[in-house]
Order: sequence, then structure tokens, then C-alpha cells
Amino acid sequence: MQGERRNLSLYHGLWTLTSRELKKWYKSPVILLLSIVQPIFWIALFGKAMNLGGLFTGTSLNIPGLTIPKQIIDEIGTEILKQTFGTTDYFSFLAAGMLSFIVLFTSMQSGMSIVWDRRLGVLDRLLTTPVPRGNILIAKIFNSVIRSLVQASIVLTVAVLLGMSFAPKINAIDFLGAYAALFLMSFGLSSLFLMLALRATDWQSQMAIMNLLNLPLLFTSNAFYPIKEMPNWLRPIAYINPLTYSNGAVRGLLLGISTNLTIDFLYLGLFALILSSIGIILSWRYLSM
Amino acid sequence: MREVVIKTINLTKVFGRLVAVDHINFEVYDGEIFGFLGPNGAGKTTTIKMLTTVLRPTEGTAIVNGYDIIKDPAHVRQSIGVVPQEYTADEDLTGWDNMMMMAGLYGIPKDVAKERAKELLEMVELTHAANRKVSTYSGGMRRRLEIAMSLISRPKILFLDEPTLGLDAQTRAAIWNYIKKLKEEYGMTIFVTTHYLEEADMYADRIAIIDRGKILAIGSPKELKDRIGGDIISLKTTNDDEAIKIISNVTDGILDVKKVEDEIRIKVKNGEEKAPAILEALLKNGIRVTRMSITEPTMDEVYMEITGRRMRDEEGSREEVFAFRRTLRRARS
Repeated sequence: MQGERRNLSLYHGLWTLTSRELKKWYKSPVILLLSIVQPIFWIALFGKAMNLGGLFTGTSLNIPGLTIPKQIIDEIGTEILKQTFGTTDYFSFLAAGMLSFIVLFTSMQSGMSIVWDRRLGVLDRLLTTPVPRGNILIAKIFNSVIRSLVQASIVLTVAVLLGMSFAPKINAIDFLGAYAALFLMSFGLSSLFLMLALRATDWQSQMAIMNLLNLPLLFTSNAFYPIKEMPNWLRPIAYINPLTYSNGAVRGLLLGISTNLTIDFLYLGLFALILSSIGIILSWRYLSM
Repeated sequence: MREVVIKTINLTKVFGRLVAVDHINFEVYDGEIFGFLGPNGAGKTTTIKMLTTVLRPTEGTAIVNGYDIIKDPAHVRQSIGVVPQEYTADEDLTGWDNMMMMAGLYGIPKDVAKERAKELLEMVELTHAANRKVSTYSGGMRRRLEIAMSLISRPKILFLDEPTLGLDAQTRAAIWNYIKKLKEEYGMTIFVTTHYLEEADMYADRIAIIDRGKILAIGSPKELKDRIGGDIISLKTTNDDEAIKIISNVTDGILDVKKVEDEIRIKVKNGEEKAPAILEALLKNGIRVTRMSITEPTMDEVYMEITGRRMRDEEGSREEVFAFRRTLRRARS
């Protein structure tokens, strides 16, 4: 018993706990399938149906006594699109926003796992082992981030198949950057929802919190429309919303829509750092019975 | 003198107004099975949770394996194994995955862990089910897996919280056999809570009786029984109050007479010889005995003697535990 070699570093148990949850995910085909199908539905149905690009171009106006050449109408429409969205390709604009959106929805689920672990006694067991308390939380964050990024990749693939087009001079670093932005946002959001669940014992209140926060977070961001089109009172809220910055970064890098990447990454980095730190500190305090 | 591996010092836990554990002091020796006996709500689980560093004491502390549970919880956790009252294995994973997860949490290298997991699953006879999801296991299988999981780190002390709760008699005996084996083969110290008196009597080396957060008695089953000092004659009569007076005045050799619930309990040396004399004395005074029994002291008697009530008073709350379990099982499926 004594002198046995053990790897009790600061990080031990981290990968064990992360892989535990990932295993549950990829070993149950139904959940895996559902979680893949959901983003596909979103991008295929919503993305294609809400075709603002088609609305502004390719339509013909029939105003009596006035003959406007179709070319001029198309040019005006294109110009409006460019002014509003920074690109003429609304589907690509929306698809890029969808990446953050699916990351938000997946990250939100993270809180549920801690509620279940508490209810089913798994947490009781974990707390008697020498695994550092913070690692229990960090493992859940990692698990949630990995799932989110996998989901985002599926959305991206489907969007490309459906006609999403990237900026002409795109390179590998732009892709990495977009993933980094999504990673940071998922890290922050997972921390937030896990933190809210630290003391929770019933999943209903956790569901209520999720439902309370998901759509407002989505609609107060620039996922569907740019901030400059928003009413004045909504703009400050949109500027606090992390989705705005991940959308900005992803669109800037993948579509070439102008944005301030420094601010985007600075905000997302701080968001992830601050929320995960608070989460870890709270887990030291509250991960007990 | 035997080595002390657990020592509590005024260990106390208060939840709001409820004093769940009230300044308890006891010692557990190296290599013994220490039974913590008491009804539901007596403070057994709270004590185990404090000793296993899951719950922080309100006052006092304990030394486990030489480490203070408040100042050095990390070392305590490394040196103990815990089988909590609830089933804690991850149901969505296989038995094997659960074993390997535990190994990872204790920082045990993979090669060592694999060998040990194989050996432990063999010991609890779960090798055939190792690659099945835990959700398909029966209650007994799950309990055995729980025990195997907590042994992966080769702990010096194993804590078990009601390991036989809700299991059938045969499975209960099997679980206790594993526990005895751990003590005999590995020299492990076992701290086990139970509210089954017979189990504590049969398997524990020493027993502490806890009720309402206080320890009322500690000793080996034999010592506790000897405390009673003789046999117990239980009587039901037509006039209990009068009978008690007569018995305590008239007959000699009687150690104690008292009324417990609806019967009179008389503590005597040589019950078989004293019983006729008692009957005679009562009849002479016109009191009829409606029921009578003579028993050698059992843990049941000891418990009643010490706490003043029967263990089966708690049957109701045990039912609640089962109801809770059922709900939980339904929620899981």
C-alpha cells in the first residue's frame, strides 16, 4: 500500500472525468444521432428558409408608370445587403452565426450533468476520491467544449454542402482562429451554466434557467441581424452578449466581413477566463453535500 | 496495545437547529471490523461523511490513518475507500469502465489498474458482467461493484454505509462474507454502519451504538451482552404497575425491573429458575400473567436496554428509504 506509484498531480483525474462523459456520449448512438441531427435541421430548414438574399435580388418591381430596369433593382438590393450585413450572401452570414448558436445550445446542457451526478450519487463518490475539486468542474467544462466544437463542425460541414461560401483568400489560420473563438465562448458559457447548477438538486429548475437564458442570448446578439439595425435600447445589451463577439470573429475570419478581431478575442478571452475562475472558486466552496 | 487508525475528538455536526452528531469520541483499532449501529437519523451517515471528508464538521475533528480530516483531507482521501449508501457507479458505463475510472481518480497507473480491476471483479464474482452496462445489474451486483470500486486503491480503511440495506438475506450474507475476507486476507480496517442488529452481532469485532447523535455504548458484542448481566424475562399481566411493585419487593436475585413499551422486562441471573418464583408471587397477589418469555440476551435486548426502545420502531422510516430508492430507480430508467 505504501510506496505505491501514483500520479497525483494537480491535473490528475481531469482526463479520466472528461473521457467518462465523452464515453457516455459516443457510446449511446441515439443521443449522438439526435445531437447531430438537431444542428442539421437548424441550418437546413431555418438557414435556407430565411433567405434575405433572395428577397433583395432577383425580384421584379411593377410600379405603374415607372419602368426600372431589373439590373438597377438588383444593384440597389445588393448594395442594401452589403451595407446591412457586410456581404451579399445572407446564407453564409447566417450560417456563420449558426456556429455560435449551436455552441450556445450545447454548452447550456453542461449544467444538467452536474445535477444528475448529484442526484444519482456519482458526485458523492467523486468527492471521496483524492481528485482535486476544481478538476471535477473543469472536466465538465472540457466535455462540454469538445461536444460544442464537434457540433459546430457538423453545422459548418452541412452549411458548406448547402452553399456557404468563404472569403476568397481564406487559409488554415482563419479556420483555427474561428475555432479558437468558439472554444473561448463555449468555455465561458459552460462555466456559467455549471456554476448555476453547482448547488442545484433538481433538474427542473435547471431546465427553467436554460430556457430563460437561451433565446434572449440568441436574439440579443448579432446572430440574425447586425447591431446597427437594432433599436437603441438593445444595442448595449448586444455589446455585452458574448455571442456578438464570437459571431464577429467567426464572420471576420471565415467570410471576410470587417470586424475588430482584437476586441473580439479580448472580450471572449476575458469572458472565458473570468467565468471559469469564478466557477472553480465556487466549486471549492460548494462541491460538497 | 493495538494501533488506533481512527480517532474522533468531540466530532460534531449541526444542521440548522438539528444536532446530527453531538461531540462523539471513539477509537477504531487497526484490522478490526467496527460496527456503527443505530436507527435511521441517528447520525451514522453524517459521521461517515465527516470521516471521509465529504462533510465538514461543525466542531471537533478526527484523525484517520494519522491524518487530520480538516487540516489534511487530501491525504485522508488517498488512504481510504468508501462505499456510500447510494449506488454511485455510473450507470451508462460498464462495470469495467467504472473500475478504470476509479483508478484514474486515484492516480493509479493503467497497467497496475487493469490487473487490479480484473482481480477485484473476480473476487466479487462480476467478471462475467464486466462489459455490461451497470444499468443492467441487479441490486446485489451493483453493491458488489461498489465494493470492488472502492478497493481499487488498496485502501487501509474501508468505510461502508449500510452496505446491506434493501438486499435479500442471501445477498446480505454474501456481502458480509466479502467484508470478512477483506479483513482476514488484507488486514483492512472496516468501518461499517448498519441498523441490522443481527448483522452487527455476527460480523463486527466491536460495536458502537449511536442514537440521536450520541454514542451510548461501545464494546464487543459479547461485552455489550454481558452488560445486561443475565437473562431477560418479559411479562404481560393484568395489572402491570402493581406487578412491578410486587416483583421488585418480593423476590430476591432480581437485577432490574422496568416497563418497556407494553411489557415488563425483568433482568435476572438464571432466568429458568427465577421465573416460577415470580409467577407464584404474582398469583398470590391476584395478578394473572397473560404472556411470558425468557430470553438470553441478544443484540436486540442490548439495544433496548441501552436506548430504551426497540429498533423496529424505525421500520416506518426504513420504508421511506425504499420508497425513495424506487423513485430514484424510476427516474433513472
